[in-house]
Amino acid sequence: MSTQAGVVAPPASLARRFVKAVEDCLIVTGRNLRHFVRQPQLLIFSTIQPIMFVLLFAFVFGGAIGSSLPPGVEYVDFLLPGIFIQAAAFRSTQTAVGLAEDLDRGVIDRFRAMPIARPAVLIGRTAADLLRNVFVTLLMTAVGYIIGFRFRTGVLDAAAAICVVLAFGFALSWIFTYVGLRVRGAEAAQSAGFVAIFPLVFASSVFVPVSTMPAGLEQFASVSPVTVSVDAARALSIGGEVAEPLLQSMAWVLAILLIFVPLCVRRYRRMG
Amino acid sequence: MAETTSTAARVQGIVKRFGTTEALSGVDLEVAEGSVVGLLGPNGAGKTTLVRVLATLLRPDEGRAEVFGLDVIRDAGAVRELIGLTGQFAAVDELLSGRENLRMFGRLFRLSRRGAAVRADELLERFDLATAADRQVKTYSGGMRRRLDLASSLITRPRILFLDEPTTGLDPRSRNEIWSVVRELVGEGMTLLLTTQYLEEADQLADRIAVIDHGRVIAEGTGDELKDRVGASMVEVRLEEPDELGRAREALRGLSCEEHQEAEQPGQIVLATSGDDGVGMVAAAARALDSAGIAVRDLSLRRPSLDDVFLELTGSATADGAEAADTSDAGRSAAGDGGEAPEREPAEAGR
Ligand SMILES: Nc1ncnc2c1ncn2[C@@H]1O[C@H](COP(=O)(O)OP(=O)(O)OP(=O)(O)O)[C@@H](O)[C@H]1O
Ligand SMILES: [Mg+2]
Repeated sequence: MSTQAGVVAPPASLARRFVKAVEDCLIVTGRNLRHFVRQPQLLIFSTIQPIMFVLLFAFVFGGAIGSSLPPGVEYVDFLLPGIFIQAAAFRSTQTAVGLAEDLDRGVIDRFRAMPIARPAVLIGRTAADLLRNVFVTLLMTAVGYIIGFRFRTGVLDAAAAICVVLAFGFALSWIFTYVGLRVRGAEAAQSAGFVAIFPLVFASSVFVPVSTMPAGLEQFASVSPVTVSVDAARALSIGGEVAEPLLQSMAWVLAILLIFVPLCVRRYRRMG
Repeated sequence: MAETTSTAARVQGIVKRFGTTEALSGVDLEVAEGSVVGLLGPNGAGKTTLVRVLATLLRPDEGRAEVFGLDVIRDAGAVRELIGLTGQFAAVDELLSGRENLRMFGRLFRLSRRGAAVRADELLERFDLATAADRQVKTYSGGMRRRLDLASSLITRPRILFLDEPTTGLDPRSRNEIWSVVRELVGEGMTLLLTTQYLEEADQLADRIAVIDHGRVIAEGTGDELKDRVGASMVEVRLEEPDELGRAREALRGLSCEEHQEAEQPGQIVLATSGDDGVGMVAAAARALDSAGIAVRDLSLRRPSLDDVFLELTGSATADGAEAADTSDAGRSAAGDGGEAPEREPAEAGR
């Protein structure tokens, strides 16, 4: 090379190393966000799909299900917080797909052969997916308002409801980060994700109250992370018992993160 | 004897298995600082696997690998500060532009925002990508992608650069461009480990060549040393009538060259000459065949190919020898070689 960018000295102190690690995470996050912008059709479809669910369920099943709802509750108000969670769950499988694609394409090889903070690739992925969730959830709320949904609580509660959705989606992202690191190829990652997510989402309080389910299923559904998160988000949106489902939901989120973050980091380090 | 140069990379007894396949079966290799070592081998020889071990991407099952005295497993972080890697398949981000790619890698290499931008511009200019700088990489041609990939490996000046098959699948023009960039880097004293399937390429670029096959280094030396084991040039004779092979051999017997043990096609004789006078040999062969009244369809002179070296070293042709032989002199004879598309292998090794 005619010009030589200076030979860079390795960062000196622990504090410097930490700052560099945070920067690396931000750079990789920024790169992943760019990907979303460059593929707007993906963003659009991942927003349209849950909205379609809302419309189908609210108008097709609304009448039939209405009778099993608590008195005075509209089905669309009941449904939308559930759909937030359902959509977050399905989108979290995209974390595995995105990671698997990266691994296939070799750009991760370049990252791994460079002196960058080890977990930056993983954190950059999940952080970008979290930001995408913020965007999609707000968009869904706006569309919800068009079709008659209303938060029946205060602004703070509504914000808390959305935070529950985001925390839940973030935790699931880490599970699917692990899936993305384990399976080979984006398609395998996609199928693995759906196999895991479908039963969880349908055996939950997303669409109907769990009390309408057969006994065995009800037991499973009532402790599922999906149900407790839906219940927490729902109570924060339309009123009802908040504390218990919220605590349970946060416990699930913490437990998932505590297990899967170290698993993912270890797996990533050991790759090869 | 005093050591005048230090060792940039040292590989000792490296074994790497993938399930039941042994990709590397005890490789030893040394790359002196400031030198260019060409690792020459056919498909599946283990070239990529060895490069990935040295680039800290793969853990070997046995043996040691060091880069500037640093162990690639224990001191992986420090090794990554010193190396540049241009893998067999371009490791750049398809959805970003060329400029965005270089800036991103620059930032990750701890350049300031401004520093990364300046460096990106320099490299884009240098690698003839300036006009395509703001296009998404997925719109780039194979050659442009290769150049961007190479540029990405040079953002901070690495002390050793690993180049895995830098020209496979490129047309002769792109190949020449890559060659001239490599020569420049060498001129600046960069240490290089370069893998290739083409003897010609190793010969053109490398100071020393290690021939690798089935996960083992089976020969090492300068290009001339290797070629001398086969012959300096090859004279290929195709007869009009394959039946006349015996008579043709008889007629050629008097020439001062030996028949190379290669009979891919009926009615073909390949002669290996050790002297410099290949053209004289063609003339002599033509005269000999003519005076014996044997009709010749084709008479040609070529450099030894990887296949010839292989034949000599192992007594058997490479798995896809025909391909290697076809392309081995592609860099010299520009016309007629479109450059085959690179086979995109599924998922890279190491997962
Ligand atoms: N991840 C992997 N899983 C299983 N086998 C592998 C893996 N990576 C490489 N191999 C096998 O190891 C051997 C050496 O492969 P390698 O890619 O190192 O060869 P190569 O010399 O680079 O070949 P090519 O010229 O085709 O690139 C091959 O038999 C290959 O099939
Ligand atoms: Mg290879």
